Amino acid sequence: MEEKTLFELSSVYRKNMRIKGYIFGNGEHSACIVGATRGNEVQQVYICSRLVNILEQLERKGKICSGKSIMVVPSVNSYSMNIGKRFWSTDNTDINRMFPGYDLGETTQRIADGLFRNVNDYKYGIQFASFYMQGSFIPHVRMMKTGLEDIELAKDFGLPYVFRRDVRPYDTTTLNYNWQIWETKAFSVYTDATDTINTDTAAEAVNAVLSFLKKQGIIEYNCHEGYISKLIEGHELVNVKTGTAGFFIRRAEVNSRVNQGDLLAEIVDPYSGRTIDKILSPVNGIVFFHAAQPVIYAHTPLYRIIPTDDLI
Amino acid sequence: MVQTIAAIGLPIDETLMIQKNRLIPKSGVTDSKKRISIVTGTHGDELEGQYVCYELQRRINENYDCLTGTVDIYPALNPLGIDSITRGIPGFDLDMNRLFPGSENGSMPEYIASKIVNELKGSTAVIDIHASNIFLREIPQVRINELSRDTLVPLAKKLNVDYIWVHSSATVLESTLAYSLNVIGTPTLVVEMGVGMRITKEYGDQLVDGIFALMKELGIWSGEVIEPKQPIISEDGEVSFINATKSGVFVPSVEHWKNVKKGDHIGDILNPLTGEINEKINAETDGIVFTLREYPIVSEGSLIARILA
Ligand SMILES: [Zn+2]
Repeated sequence: MEEKTLFELSSVYRKNMRIKGYIFGNGEHSACIVGATRGNEVQQVYICSRLVNILEQLERKGKICSGKSIMVVPSVNSYSMNIGKRFWSTDNTDINRMFPGYDLGETTQRIADGLFRNVNDYKYGIQFASFYMQGSFIPHVRMMKTGLEDIELAKDFGLPYVFRRDVRPYDTTTLNYNWQIWETKAFSVYTDATDTINTDTAAEAVNAVLSFLKKQGIIEYNCHEGYISKLIEGHELVNVKTGTAGFFIRRAEVNSRVNQGDLLAEIVDPYSGRTIDKILSPVNGIVFFHAAQPVIYAHTPLYRIIPTDDLI
Repeated sequence: MVQTIAAIGLPIDETLMIQKNRLIPKSGVTDSKKRISIVTGTHGDELEGQYVCYELQRRINENYDCLTGTVDIYPALNPLGIDSITRGIPGFDLDMNRLFPGSENGSMPEYIASKIVNELKGSTAVIDIHASNIFLREIPQVRINELSRDTLVPLAKKLNVDYIWVHSSATVLESTLAYSLNVIGTPTLVVEMGVGMRITKEYGDQLVDGIFALMKELGIWSGEVIEPKQPIISEDGEVSFINATKSGVFVPSVEHWKNVKKGDHIGDILNPLTGEINEKINAETDGIVFTLREYPIVSEGSLIARILA
């Protein structure tokens, strides 16, 4: 294992911030794995630390295939994590909206550039990302419909789902999008935690990445190969919103099967304790996402459901 | 007449309201369908537009007979942000100006964005007033996407600003309010002026003079107006950026909106611990400083100034 400082930012008031890469094997730049770009992505750093630990063991046993190299970058934004902020510590900008970066630009553009120039020539790029709202997902690989996405390859992670959605204007400045433009096969892997550590889903994500690396001939590793992933398109999901604000009392969890008319959640008046709204499932299906805030605004999307036929 | 254009329940005993005040001509004055919309407060830390909303109405009310069209005033597109000194939408940490045109069926921020676009659609002109951020001070200017140059530059010239910046288009800007309105044929001008968290009264007065001049041009005002300033108009190529290459405390040695010559001293980045100068910053071109760092603490990359050649 080689530890390399990819980028360093000087500061008058703090120790310099370093972006560190952990490199395994030699030769072709085969796979790069990036963890947190935001300060609350603790689970993402945790998953990377597990990968660094395991890849080091594999390297010692000679299990990194010859001529292949892997780099893990656990965090691009340690400054924000150390002070409990999500976005950049001074100007609150989002590093994952600054790619491909600019070496003469603003601070976060320089950080993005400092990372990107070190990772843009890898064959495969894997990012552990997070959603802008608090919530839980079934673990999945998320792809954007850029025309460059490779769905079959995404299934090699063996996660239950590969999720594909349309590109929005602001996506063009994310790491994933720019990787694709630079001809890296890019994947975003989502698990169900962000600002907490869930060791079970972290283990699942680690296994998914190792399984993927094995199938691409980058490592030798016998593991549980996971699921035969199913592709779901963003527009296929059924969104369930609340029209009412209040306490959000969840009655259905991620991955649970629901029938049309089943109770998904209750909205409770925070002072009287009365149930003011019952959120029912509009379809038969599987819960793909649920929001996790204890109190919610009106118009909040609470659930996203994968519709199923469910004749049994 | 104050109207609520969107209302959203908040969890505990509160409703978020996006409001506008509509001023219409006295009955019998006109049957004009002309309408100007003044919007501001998308970024909760930008306050210059608050004074403009007040002052515009004060002057209209003084000479109400001169009003010959509709004026809609939206002081706070992001009221929770203004109230809590938050640039984005509190609770979501989202930049509201990256959500347009929004979606009726989306989350709360997207729903509000779609209601706003719906209300503004069809205005004869929309003025979207921004105030930079807390870091940079800007001269009163209009920023125009090159795609809408032909429609917007003639309108912007009426606004009595010092500067019109025609910038290149970028995909990421397609989710701004101005882009979303311009693309559906509602001319929308983005004004940037002053600095975040402050009100610069003379800039506000200057812009209000300009809004009246534009209203007169559009047939919404029949009273006396000033002759607008001749703004400098430029494109990206004529703007040079100065970014800090060291961290520290920036102390300027030039004034905002003043000419500098190549080699002139712009300011220093100081190290308060060691008493050293971390970086001396000099102008790399002749020009006029139209953006100047206001917030003293800088890191590598922080924008110090923009100079127009
Ligand atoms: Zn703004």
